[in-house]
Amino acid sequence: MKNIDSRTHVRGESVYLDDIPTIRGTLFGAAFGSPVAHGLIKNLDLKAAEAMPGVVRILTYKDVTGENQIGGIIPDEPLLAEHHVDYCGMPVAFVVAETEDIARAAVKRITIDIEPLPVITDPREAQAAGQLIVPARTFRLGNTLTTWAECTYVIEGTTDTNGQEHLYIETQGAYAIPQENSGIKLYSSTQGPTAVQRAVARSSGLPMHEIDVDVTRLGGGFGGKEDQANMWAALCALAAHILNKPVKYSLHRMEDMAMTGKRHPYSSDFKLGLDKDLKMVAYEVTFYQNAGAAADLSPAVMERTLFHSTNTYFIPNVTATAYSCRTHLPPNTAFRGFGGPQGMFVIEAAIAKAAEELGINASVIQAKNLQQTGDEFPFGQKAQSEANACWSKANELYEIDEIRNKVDSFNTVNLLYKKGIALMPICFGISFTNTRMNQARALVHVYTDGSVGVSTGAVEMGQGVNTKMLQVAAHVFSIQPKRVKVLSTSTYRIANTSPSAASATADLNGKAVEIACTAIMNRLKAVAADELNVDVNTVSLQDEWVYVNGAQTDWDWNRLLIAAYANRVSLSEHGHYATPDIHYDKTLEKGHPFAYHVYGTAIVEVTVDCLRGTYETDAVKVVHDFGTSMNPLIDRGQIEGGIVQGIGWMTMEEVIFDKAGRLRSNALSTYKVPDIYSVPKEIAIEPLQTEAENLAIFRSKAVGEPPLMYGIGAYFALRNAVLAFNPSAKIPFDAPMTPEKVLLALYNINPAQHSMPHAHTQTANDLAVNP
Amino acid sequence: MPPGTPVLDFVRYNQYLTGTKIGCREGDCGACTVLVGDLSTGELRYRTATSCLMPLGNAQGKHIVTIEGINMVELNPIQQAMADESATQCGFCTPGFVVSMAGFCLSKKAPTSQNAIAAVDGNICRCTGYKSIERAATRVAHLLEKRKTEEPVKFAANQAILPAYFTTIQERLQALSSSLNGELTNASPHAQRVGGGTDVYVQKHDEIKDASIRFLFDNTDLKGIRQDGNDCVIGPATTVTDLIESPLIQQYFPDFKHYTTLVSSTPIRNMATIGGNFINASPIGDFTIFFLALDATLTFSDGNLSRELPLRNLYQGYKMLDKRPEEYLEQIRFSLPAQNTQFNFEKVSKRTHLDIASVNSAINITVEDDLITHVRISAGGVAAIPKQLTKTAEFLTGKLLSEELIQKAISIAQTEIAPISDARGTEAYKRLLLGQLIKAHFIKLFPALEVEQLLKT
Repeated sequence: MKNIDSRTHVRGESVYLDDIPTIRGTLFGAAFGSPVAHGLIKNLDLKAAEAMPGVVRILTYKDVTGENQIGGIIPDEPLLAEHHVDYCGMPVAFVVAETEDIARAAVKRITIDIEPLPVITDPREAQAAGQLIVPARTFRLGNTLTTWAECTYVIEGTTDTNGQEHLYIETQGAYAIPQENSGIKLYSSTQGPTAVQRAVARSSGLPMHEIDVDVTRLGGGFGGKEDQANMWAALCALAAHILNKPVKYSLHRMEDMAMTGKRHPYSSDFKLGLDKDLKMVAYEVTFYQNAGAAADLSPAVMERTLFHSTNTYFIPNVTATAYSCRTHLPPNTAFRGFGGPQGMFVIEAAIAKAAEELGINASVIQAKNLQQTGDEFPFGQKAQSEANACWSKANELYEIDEIRNKVDSFNTVNLLYKKGIALMPICFGISFTNTRMNQARALVHVYTDGSVGVSTGAVEMGQGVNTKMLQVAAHVFSIQPKRVKVLSTSTYRIANTSPSAASATADLNGKAVEIACTAIMNRLKAVAADELNVDVNTVSLQDEWVYVNGAQTDWDWNRLLIAAYANRVSLSEHGHYATPDIHYDKTLEKGHPFAYHVYGTAIVEVTVDCLRGTYETDAVKVVHDFGTSMNPLIDRGQIEGGIVQGIGWMTMEEVIFDKAGRLRSNALSTYKVPDIYSVPKEIAIEPLQTEAENLAIFRSKAVGEPPLMYGIGAYFALRNAVLAFNPSAKIPFDAPMTPEKVLLALYNINPAQHSMPHAHTQTANDLAVNP
Repeated sequence: MPPGTPVLDFVRYNQYLTGTKIGCREGDCGACTVLVGDLSTGELRYRTATSCLMPLGNAQGKHIVTIEGINMVELNPIQQAMADESATQCGFCTPGFVVSMAGFCLSKKAPTSQNAIAAVDGNICRCTGYKSIERAATRVAHLLEKRKTEEPVKFAANQAILPAYFTTIQERLQALSSSLNGELTNASPHAQRVGGGTDVYVQKHDEIKDASIRFLFDNTDLKGIRQDGNDCVIGPATTVTDLIESPLIQQYFPDFKHYTTLVSSTPIRNMATIGGNFINASPIGDFTIFFLALDATLTFSDGNLSRELPLRNLYQGYKMLDKRPEEYLEQIRFSLPAQNTQFNFEKVSKRTHLDIASVNSAINITVEDDLITHVRISAGGVAAIPKQLTKTAEFLTGKLLSEELIQKAISIAQTEIAPISDARGTEAYKRLLLGQLIKAHFIKLFPALEVEQLLKT
């Protein structure tokens, strides 16, 4: 089934936040962000801005009617800065004006006097200074300390992965409309309506039941609107509450890029021990997560990094430690994979380094260490593994030996171009790692004309979750899909929701829809049994007809509904689902946090232009563990999109902050995401169809995040291509592998040593991540 | 509304046509793509444009088509292809893709899937990974296979690819243009000059929209590409697309189309003018680098007096021009390459397409019996101004072409540049890259050279 929004999407008729017709009298907001990354506010001068015609009000922290706090996990993030600023772009004041242009012009008239304080942009520096968001955590399996002596090979190294800008094409925004008796109707481009509702309640001082957060769809989220939609919603709601006027703020791209957090950059140290048979027997890893200036979701992201530190491999002795380091960058946040990719990059780098030192293919080590069912993860869960099945099928189906031969012969005859390949197996845990969040509710109304309205906590952002919700309802009722409408996500209809995140949205909300529909269905069957005077167990509904003992009756869906209504039987249900069997004990760092894991293997092939340092991805060939896909069209789109986003992170997407904490890659002209020409020429996707029971909706495993991690293979394929040209290349494990890094590696240039003394080296010194 | 208002704002907030989306306001995402139809060539011609960079003043007398303008009762076949291939996920970028493909259907480009995909080279999608969009584009190309010689607008309307009203536009535009003459003239000497808008509107629309503007884009005196003896004369309001489509340019620069695939995107090439690229004075302007190697000569006029100035002398420092405020660019002239003269353009950026160069370079070189008799090399991204590498050229001139000579020329080039580290690369990278691009020029133009020798650093 195609995405139910396809028709309105291709006609430009789908409504996003900025498309909602504005109500008469609507005012427009714009945030004034700190120009300095760290400092004490000495003076904030609003006079010139306030004097501008059309400026209605400029709010500062003094105007916050509730608590000046929007931190989700930890209350460490003010809505508006009070006495100090902690990152460039941190909102200090909120201008409300009659037009958008006036609001933005007024922002430019605000001046601020800040006494600068030292700026930290590097997570290791922050950790050394004791600047941690939460205490460090360590996952342990076996004993690494006593194992090193038994290792034949011990490999050590350091890795860095940079951040990633979400670049949802629809920027952040909110539109708050005051209702009678202090209520607020709030349109927000958010993945977490309840998170917005909580942040607004806290900062405005209103109870949650006064705040209706309503979301129709997002123009992309990718994690960036999980927590970070709160700020703009809370600012608009506060202004609307104070002024009793509708207030809207749709961020400009540069505001969005400068003021919101991104994927967490990580710096990590690893030590990997292998025995003589290349079995990985010990692994120590330390992660330094660059959390930015406030907690946001960083502790949860850090946790998921630890949960994925061994990727799809079984290693009997593991010590994995993570620090969430407070720096003066915008608070980093959720991004597809949520720390998992950063953890997986390190183990893959360790394997690659071992392979390079031993002069073998990394795949030899990968293949020998794939997890078997029953193997224990470092956090205690026992694997239900499809790792070997995916790996073997990918190797056989895509004829890996043939691919290798072709690459080798290409490299032998070509001087200016070299090919490289890498295999990237993945294993990704599905469930919120915070067990309590694994619950969802759905409200289903069946109307007497046979139509069905479904509300859930799921937010549609392109992942097709509404289509899947519709499929669940249509399937359980056995009615035509067109009878079902999935309604907007509203905190008035569904309360206390978890954000649409962790790939688990379709599972959680789909199960809730299934529960609600099944309850109604059971009542309808009872009505049918009563009316037809048969045992309820003999009744079934199929394609909108009532069957008794498999024989069709003359009762159809509409007739049954009217009878049910006449009998005063409820045609509505509120379904509640909580994932069973999951638990986690943080004091022991052991438990069973995931409902299941998703597995897969990708073969990534690239070609490097060794004259220019540019490259192309030739192919990504995947065997992916779908369980049994309930919507192959949508799931294929998630895989293709995830792969390309992962390749973007590993190749061209380079977030650049200077040492003063200012974002230099602050627009689409300086931050490049894949375009249609930079995607793999071929993406092949073969399902690993499995029949085993799992906790996914209709056994259709979650598909949102896992494919992003196939993109990690592009980094290692590029590395192999560079080594084919220059076997002596010393390539730091430093992603993304931009054309710059490729060219420097091809020709053994170390930028730090090679830079000539020059008037402009000052600029080079100012670059924080690009020495 | 002031004529400096971006078409995007007019469409969304004045006409309430919200299918055209705002993604970046700098022409880099394509979510705001519209079709622009005009009669400037005598027949009705549609090209795509990013409406965020297009001032209303440049829409005068034209047919602006938004996504709403190509909707019919049922999905049109372009929309159907996008829906059938699941080429839309969050949907925010989708109208831009559909409009770009409609632009392809209205163009005379051959109906190949390669061309259909090229039509969306300015559209960014963050969800799909583009493979489904490629599949949809291929289907769109199939729609046009039967077109043969039929006029694209008529074919699209007749085949119900686009609404029937398109067949009435030519007549309506003719009526409109005759009633509009002269409305937009601006005689003020202080008026800001705007060509295609692709630079001046980037991130500055709110500042410029209320300015007093003289619109140059449709000034027929500033357009045209013609041969004058051994010279080529170009009007500064000529767009990149005009150059690509020019038979004269195609004849003398057979690889021109290939070079331009490295330069911005279809809608930007439709809007961006060559004169604008020069006057914008970016140290990395692709066409500045291109025409520096050709040693183009500019003619400036202040309305009364004209003067000539070599392009290489225009740049006095970062964004500083040898040009008085009242002067405007009237003409661009350069010698067409002679038979034994060869030309090449190279560009490397973080993303190969739709990106600003880290370093770009062009070469125009004449070699007779291995003797370099004449050469000009230009390089962008390596100094505060777009550079002609005069010392390097001087060194090469009169010498026998060899691998060693090229290596030496590269070390001389290093002495005339002063790259800085920025978001497009570090100084060390840009220095290395310029050397590589100089090597690339020679490897491409002189296949007899020993590549292995040249690759050594």
